[in-house]
Amino acid sequence: MQIDDLIAIAEKHKDSRKKIILRTCMSAGCMSSRADVIKKNLETAVQEQGLDAEVEVRRVGCMGFCGQGPLVGVDGLSAKEKLFEFVKPEDAVSIVSSLKGGKCDVQVGNPDHPFFAKQTKIVRINGGIVDPEKIEDYLAIGGYQALHNALTEMQPPQVIDEITKSGLRGRGGAGFPTGLKWGTVAKSPGAKKYVVCNGDEGDPGAFMDRSVLESDPHLVLEGMAIAAFAVGADQGFLYVRAEYPLAISRLQIAIKQAKQLGLLGSGIFETPFNFNVDIRIGAGAFVCGEETALMASVEGKRGTPRPRPPFPAESGLWGCPTLINNVETFANITAIINRGGDWYASIGTEKSKGTKVFALTGKITNNGLIEVPMGIPLRQIIEEMGGGAPDGRTVKAVQTGGPSGGCIPAQYLDTPLDYESLGKLGSIMGSGGMVVMDDTTNMVEIAKFYMEFCKDESCGKCIPCRAGTAQMEHLLNKILARQATQRDVVKLEELCDMVKNTSLCGLGQTAPNPVLSTLRFFRNEYEELLQPDTYGPGQTPTETAKK
Amino acid sequence: MTHVSNTRLMAETPLNMSSNPISVDPVPAKPAPAAKHPSGDKRFKILEVHMKKLQFKQDALIEVLHKAQELFGYLEDDVLLFVAHNLKLPPSRVYGVATFYHFFTLKPQGEHTCVVCMGTACYVKGADKVVAAIEKLAKIKPGETTPDNKVSLLTARCIGACGIAPAVTYDGQVAPKQTPEAALERVKAWLGN
Repeated sequence: MQIDDLIAIAEKHKDSRKKIILRTCMSAGCMSSRADVIKKNLETAVQEQGLDAEVEVRRVGCMGFCGQGPLVGVDGLSAKEKLFEFVKPEDAVSIVSSLKGGKCDVQVGNPDHPFFAKQTKIVRINGGIVDPEKIEDYLAIGGYQALHNALTEMQPPQVIDEITKSGLRGRGGAGFPTGLKWGTVAKSPGAKKYVVCNGDEGDPGAFMDRSVLESDPHLVLEGMAIAAFAVGADQGFLYVRAEYPLAISRLQIAIKQAKQLGLLGSGIFETPFNFNVDIRIGAGAFVCGEETALMASVEGKRGTPRPRPPFPAESGLWGCPTLINNVETFANITAIINRGGDWYASIGTEKSKGTKVFALTGKITNNGLIEVPMGIPLRQIIEEMGGGAPDGRTVKAVQTGGPSGGCIPAQYLDTPLDYESLGKLGSIMGSGGMVVMDDTTNMVEIAKFYMEFCKDESCGKCIPCRAGTAQMEHLLNKILARQATQRDVVKLEELCDMVKNTSLCGLGQTAPNPVLSTLRFFRNEYEELLQPDTYGPGQTPTETAKK
Repeated sequence: MTHVSNTRLMAETPLNMSSNPISVDPVPAKPAPAAKHPSGDKRFKILEVHMKKLQFKQDALIEVLHKAQELFGYLEDDVLLFVAHNLKLPPSRVYGVATFYHFFTLKPQGEHTCVVCMGTACYVKGADKVVAAIEKLAKIKPGETTPDNKVSLLTARCIGACGIAPAVTYDGQVAPKQTPEAALERVKAWLGN
């Protein structure tokens, strides 16, 4: 495959396109509301109304506005795209006849709504536009040209320089500078190196990676290939959760198509660069999002973490230097190579560059995925894009970072969204889950919810996490049952401190965060549930409330 | 795990598989010559072919267990031992992996499964009430199956369908924005009352 052939395929595909395109979202969210039937009905309606010559029905990935789904977008009819919301299979006929001026009662969304208007798309640029199961669609928008440029016009150190210049930081949550990580793997001695894509999106309330993998699998594969070239690896692994069957099947199709065109495999673009990608399917263990646990799982073992150093960059899969990045990190690479590190660095804040995808869910009017520049105030997301809490309620807190993060109370909504500002509030950027809570939510229950999660997901290897999470959950249950006193809260805080500082991996080290942040901002909710201390120092508490 | 010895898998004579509750193939009079498993159950053959495709690599253990669960519905001892034997892994390692990951189940599932997502987004939107309603109706707790083997109730950590919370997966099909009433309707139909 030469670049000319690639462009020829892209041009041919562009020419075959029809004037009007009905884009049907076929991502997991809309699929659950029978998007497959909608697409079939649209195709039938187009045929029955004799519009095959000018109308094409296309399967696309996630458009982002999942709460209003199933969605059908119309291109080529007017200057602005038209978006039908809450589409039902029986609406197909009227949607198609509306293309010719017919009457259609299906709700039409406003493309100028802040939910769309305030987004800056880099990672999700093709989401809802390309057919994830057709490589030609990806090629038609310039796909795999960044890989070609990297392979033929750049040296590996130049690629790494460009990534370093972009200021891109790991999107899995920790925010480690990506260029630095790549440089370390490139410098590590060893003939065999690996590239691993972490698609074990375990945070409850997060579905950014699922959407990227389902909507634009080639973007991730291309990013991985560029990374492999930069660090000198020839084998990649894509670790995906078993809970994402659609993402797995689309990745399998994408890998097969890329191999057929010689964009993966041996001698890519007739250079000496070889790169193969295998999918590894997770089996439902949250701890496998931690990189050393993930590697154990790729090797077919129990997903338990190990102490670092050695870091995977030096000794990873089967003892070889291994580059591990998150799905979203890899999805940023193509744009950085195409448009330059300086362009990427111009977006965002001083220390947090580029954009971040967030999954806006919970008690919020507009549910869905958004991609915004780093540093955007949280208030803009919640109030303007998200439309605030539904049913006339008020927003009480926003939870970011899943079980490793914290709750940001409403009075801090003006906080800019970047790694440092969130850290100061005792939360983390995390992978991008953003769950909104309204005034009916009990924060102690939320803390217990996360602690129960961490207790269940603790791998059991180190004692602070294994026993600590169970004890903390017990104390939270005691508080919720109105059987606890101030002493239990003190005990809880001590345990938080101990588990945080002595656990082996990130799971245990961050497990107390939801408790600590709710204690910090919503202490009154804990205190309302406490019983007075009825015993003196040294006395054992009587369990009066126990029946 | 201990009641079946590893050597049983290599036995020449076919074992009586009538104790296998979900065996779909009738036990043949003679074991098929190609099947390594003495029961002659074709699913073992399919599993073996799958392992061969993965070159019997030990690090493919998780993929193999996925395939096994897909074929058998759950991972019974015989299946685990068969995998251990073929991948030349100690049974303890196979058992360790099978019990570590939530996705693998060592118990047979009911005819229908109802998986309620308990991710944060679903939880704050009332997934706990959906679970409670089903618990009350079917008189089972998450992870259990009704005595008539009709329905298994499970909870998931997050299925990534947060935009349509609360989500419930009925027999593999995700249903959006579920209420306790909607869930009860589905489960009632399965229970036949």
